[in-house]
Amino acid sequence: MPELDNSVVVENLCKRFGGFVAVDRINLEIPKGEVFGFLGPNGAGKSTTIRMLCGLLKPTSGRASVAGYDVGREPEAVRQNIGYMSQKFSLYNDLKVIENLRLFAGLYSVSSNVLRERIDWALAMANLKGQENLITGTLPGGWKQRLALGCAVLHKPPILFLDEPTSGVDPISRRQFWDLIHHMAEEGVTVFVTTHYMEEAEYCNRLALIFRGRIVALGTPSELKRGSMNGELLLVACEPLGNAVEVLQSAPGVLDAAVFGNALHLVVPDAVAAIPQIEMYLKQHGIAVGGIEKIRPTLEDVFVSVTTGRDATGEMKP
Amino acid sequence: MTDQPQPAIVADGLTKSFPGVRAVDALSFDVRAGEIFGLVGPDGAGKTTTLRMLAGIMPPDAGNATVAGFDVVRNPEGAKHALSYMPQRFGLYEDLTVDENIRFYADLFGVKKAERRQRSSQLLEAAGMAEFRQRLAGKLSGGMKQKLGLVCALIHHPKVILLDEPTTGVDPVSRRDFWRILYELIAEGVAILTSTAYLDEAERCHRVALLHQGKLLFCDTPANLKAGMGKGVLSVTGPEPRSLRSQLEHADGISSLVLTGDGLHVVVDDAPRRIPEFEARLRAARVSFDAIQQVAPTIEDLFVDAVGSGGSTHA
Repeated sequence: MPELDNSVVVENLCKRFGGFVAVDRINLEIPKGEVFGFLGPNGAGKSTTIRMLCGLLKPTSGRASVAGYDVGREPEAVRQNIGYMSQKFSLYNDLKVIENLRLFAGLYSVSSNVLRERIDWALAMANLKGQENLITGTLPGGWKQRLALGCAVLHKPPILFLDEPTSGVDPISRRQFWDLIHHMAEEGVTVFVTTHYMEEAEYCNRLALIFRGRIVALGTPSELKRGSMNGELLLVACEPLGNAVEVLQSAPGVLDAAVFGNALHLVVPDAVAAIPQIEMYLKQHGIAVGGIEKIRPTLEDVFVSVTTGRDATGEMKP
Repeated sequence: MTDQPQPAIVADGLTKSFPGVRAVDALSFDVRAGEIFGLVGPDGAGKTTTLRMLAGIMPPDAGNATVAGFDVVRNPEGAKHALSYMPQRFGLYEDLTVDENIRFYADLFGVKKAERRQRSSQLLEAAGMAEFRQRLAGKLSGGMKQKLGLVCALIHHPKVILLDEPTTGVDPVSRRDFWRILYELIAEGVAILTSTAYLDEAERCHRVALLHQGKLLFCDTPANLKAGMGKGVLSVTGPEPRSLRSQLEHADGISSLVLTGDGLHVVVDDAPRRIPEFEARLRAARVSFDAIQQVAPTIEDLFVDAVGSGGSTHA
């Protein structure tokens, strides 16, 4: 059984609300100790999937198991084996650090004989030893983040759900936070991340992109950047930008054109073939070309391409 | 742009303290008409306080600022007519429709009916929201609400637009729509000052001010900032990122090393020299890797390089 090595297994999972199919037969296997990212635009079925995986919503059909428990039949066992942390997730700001930890220990039913040990562990993990009596609301953003994480893992869940855990945190605190997450993963915790924040997605071992209820891309960040774009990406420096984008949107062979700062991003089927064509086309339309080069797509480019590019290329919408 | 008599926004030594913290510390920059200027930095960097001072709703402790030629300290009312300020939580009426919200703001700003009709059609079209005019604002997605806020804030043709983290919590597709509207606006000669905590969004601005703990770290175009970092950035990918890290973290020439999902992101002194060294080191240790490539530095690399590891906490 693959379940032995996989902490999350999703098979043909489906959720309908009336006539609307929010999640449409998705499949996933997430091995123990993986940091897995789940991305998608608002309304794509992301939250519905997570609510099912957390045992908060019954699937219409298909099945999913989390930490070996079936989300439809054993939702309570599922809930006892997961931790959940969100950027918006409220620590109580007017409580002390230690009081927040005790409160969450109570909510997660951490038994009294291990309570002290677990809280000590969480304080050490979050690097908050000696800060127990600070009022939570006065902590810097990065400290709050680590405290929220400590609260979410007091009951030693084998699976941790993170929702935009580090948005708005300064980059150095963010790096420290993700180091902690990778360390937990190394010790066997499976981490399921949802985010709109591509900088967070880069920290995931693998990513799935959900769109209109279906998984439309799955792979490591590098694999997605290499293989999931519907074409290749060009950076075009030209003047004036406004005219150029209008002209290029209807140019032959251009799948997508968008202004990006002082330049344009173009998606084309073949970069090498397109560069001279685009340059000539722009010149014919009276636009001065400063330079055209092929660039590596970012995850955001991939995300936009996979969720909108299909419309532009006229392919069947999923 | 050079024939402009004066930039649309001038901040000159703006300073503001709250009990126990200097939120904004002697901040100076200017924004020209037709420019999108980004105030970029993490939470607590002073972005919102700066925008509030420029919007004329919070007096600075020291320093001066003008918006569209009006002194925001001495003549905040004059400045308020020329600008539009969109705070993080824009006041939409959730039980009114999209059209009714727009009409409400048009009336507040004294926009005539004919102009309102023409302007709102144009803006809703650009926002991809033309078909949602009769929908209640409370029923819109997060991204749509932000776009409606922007439409309301633009209904009176302001010359200067101040946006406070307009894309926070908005998915990348809606975020891109939002930026497309901003790029269309600058063609009208508007000056746009927008804040963001997403450092990667800085790349979409013409110029950026990178803020940290109330202070200006850098102010320039993203391209100049990256070119000026003076260090190389390497992407090292492989099946076992943790083994890559344990082999490379003590190598020479590294100023920062981050474990990512499928490899390492390493800032080094001299990329062409370090690539073969790292390759040799990994081969000698029999750690498999897919590639070591030089990549463009990100704004985050710049930030970390400037702030150093001491910048993460206040202690």
